[in-house]
Amino acid sequence: MIAALRTPRGLLTALILLVLAVLPLLTQAFDQRYLLSVGTRIVIWSIAAVSLNMILGYGGLVSFGHAVFFGIGGYAVGILSAHGVSSGWIQWPVALAVATLWAALIGALSLRTRGLYFIMITLAFAQLVYYVGGGLEAYGGDDGLNISRSRFSGLIDLRDKPSFYWLCFAALCGTLWFCGRFANSRFGYVIRGAKSNDLRMMALGFPVFRYRLAAFTISGAFGGLAGILLANEGAYVSPAMMSWVKSGDLIVIVVLGGMGTLLGPLFGAIAFFALEESLPPLLDLLRKGWGEYWQIVFGPLLVLIALYARGGIDSLLGRRAP
Amino acid sequence: MDYLLLQMLNGVQLGLLMFLLAAGLTLTFGIMDLVNLAHGSLYMMGAYIAWTTIGWTDSFVLGALLALPVIFLLGLVVEAVVARRLYVRNHLDQVLATFGLILFFNELVRVIWGPAGKSIAVPTFLNHTVEILPGVPYPAYRFAIIVVGAVVAVLLAWLVARTRIGMLIRAGASNRRMIGALGVNIELLFSLVFGLGAVFAGLAGLMAAPITSVKIGMGDDILILAFVIIVIGGIGSIKGAFIAAMVVGQIDIVGRAFLPDLLKTFLSASAASSAAPAISQVLVYIVMAGVLVWRPTGLFGQRQ
Repeated sequence: MIAALRTPRGLLTALILLVLAVLPLLTQAFDQRYLLSVGTRIVIWSIAAVSLNMILGYGGLVSFGHAVFFGIGGYAVGILSAHGVSSGWIQWPVALAVATLWAALIGALSLRTRGLYFIMITLAFAQLVYYVGGGLEAYGGDDGLNISRSRFSGLIDLRDKPSFYWLCFAALCGTLWFCGRFANSRFGYVIRGAKSNDLRMMALGFPVFRYRLAAFTISGAFGGLAGILLANEGAYVSPAMMSWVKSGDLIVIVVLGGMGTLLGPLFGAIAFFALEESLPPLLDLLRKGWGEYWQIVFGPLLVLIALYARGGIDSLLGRRAP
Repeated sequence: MDYLLLQMLNGVQLGLLMFLLAAGLTLTFGIMDLVNLAHGSLYMMGAYIAWTTIGWTDSFVLGALLALPVIFLLGLVVEAVVARRLYVRNHLDQVLATFGLILFFNELVRVIWGPAGKSIAVPTFLNHTVEILPGVPYPAYRFAIIVVGAVVAVLLAWLVARTRIGMLIRAGASNRRMIGALGVNIELLFSLVFGLGAVFAGLAGLMAAPITSVKIGMGDDILILAFVIIVIGGIGSIKGAFIAAMVVGQIDIVGRAFLPDLLKTFLSASAASSAAPAISQVLVYIVMAGVLVWRPTGLFGQRQ
C-alpha cells in the first residue's frame, strides 16, 4: 500500500482521489461553486468512461454508441418522474434494469459483427434511441424534459450539491472497484484474451460471444448508472445527452486517459474537462473573442492524440505493474 | 397515385445524393481501410464553398464548377496532412482522428462564414416544374439532381469497371500491398481516390444546398446515414452502396409521407404527425440491424 505511493502512478492516483474526495470542502473554502459542478460532471463522465473502457479498452470492442446509456438511464428516471414516481428507490432500479436489458439486446445483435460493422451498428442503435427520444412529444421531444430530482426521503437530499457530489463520487469508487475486480478476474482475462486473438480463445473452448455479451451488458448497466446521475445533476433530460457526439467524447476520454487501464478513464475525463474549461479563456488571453472558437484547437489536438499518444496519459506514468 | 409517384421520385433523389456521399466513403474504406468520419465535413464544405463561388460568379452552374476543383484540392490537403497517416492505424485511431477533424471543420466554418446558416437559391433556369407524366408536375431542380446523380453514378460504375484506374482501384480493394509490390504508385492512387471521394461529397453537398439549407453540422447527420448505407450494402461494394442508398431513400421519404396517414388510423392526428418523422428515421436503423443480423457483412460485402 505504502510502497505503491512511491511510483508516480500511485502518487498521482492517491492525490487525485484525495482531491476528489474533499472537493466540495475545497470549493466551499475557496468559494468556487462552479468548480463543484465541473467536478460532478467529471465524476459522472468518469463512471461512463470506466464502463466503456471495460469493453473498448479491455475487450477491444469499439462501441460508438455508449452515450445511449446516458439517455436510457436518464429518460427512465425522467419518464417515471413525469408520471409522479419520484422515489429514487423505484426510479433507480427500474432505470438500471432498463439499461441492462437494452445493453443485452443490442449486445446480442451487435456482437455478431466485427470491425467497422460493429462500430456502425452500435452507433445506429444509439441513433435509433436518440430519434425515439426526439419523437417523444409527451416528454418534451427535442427540447427535453425538466424533471424533479430523485427522492431518497430521509437518507440524502440530491438537491444539496455537496451531498449529490459525494453520492456520485461513491458511485465512481464502486465502479472503479468493480472494474478492477473485473480486469483481474478469470472473466476479465477471457475478455482481454479475446481482444488479442478471439479465434484462439474459441479454440481453447471459451464461448467468446457469451463472455463478450456479459461484458457488454455489465458495461451498459454502469453506463445507465451514469445516465441516472447525469439526469439528476441537471434535473433535466434531453436527446442531446445521447447524441453521437457524446459517444465520440466518451471514446476520446478513454483513449486520452489510456485504454485498458483501470484509472485511465478517470485521468482522461479530468484532462478532457480541464481542456474544455481552460481552452476558451486561454485563447481569449491570446486575443479577445478567440475563446469562442476553442474547438478549432481542440479538433487538431484530437488528431495529434490519435496519431502520437498511443498509450494515453496512463503511459506517461511509466510501466504498469504486471 | 400521383402523390405516391412524386414521393418515390423524392426518395430516388435523396437516395442518389446519399449514394454520392456513400460512394466516396465505401471507396476510402474498401481501398485505404480508412474509417473517415470527416467525409460529412467535405459535404458541408462543398455547400459552403459553393455558396461563396456562386456569390462571386452570380451563376449556379459556374459557381458549382468552380467549387468542385477547390473541394478536390481540399480533399488532397486533408489526405496529405491527416488521412495518409491513418491508413495503417487501427479503426479506433481513425475514428478519433477524423472525429477531431469534424470538430475542426465545424468550427472553421463558424470562423469563416459565421454561425448563421446560408441559403443558395434554386438556379432560375431550373426554377419551374416539368411534367414527368402528362398532368404530373415535378420541380425541375429536383429532377436535375436525379439526372446529375444518375449520370455520376453511371460514370463511377464505368470508371471502376472499365478503366485502368478502376482496375487499380479494384485491385487495391482486394489486396493493396500486392499492387504496391507490383510497382503501382499506390500513394498517388490513394490521393486520387480520396480527392475523388471529396468531390463526390462536395457535389452532393452543393446540390442539396438549395433544397435544404447550408448550415454548420449539416454533414454530420447525413454522414451517419451514409455509413448506414455502406454497412447495409457491404463495405467496399459500390453496387451495394447504390442499392442500399435507393432503399434508404425510399424508406426515409415514403415513411415520412405516408406514415402520418397510416398512424392516424389508430392515433390522434397530432400524435401521429409528431411521431411519424421519428419512426421513419428509426425504420432505417431497424432495417440496418435486420440486414446485419441476417448477413453480418452487409448485402454485398466480402464474407469473412
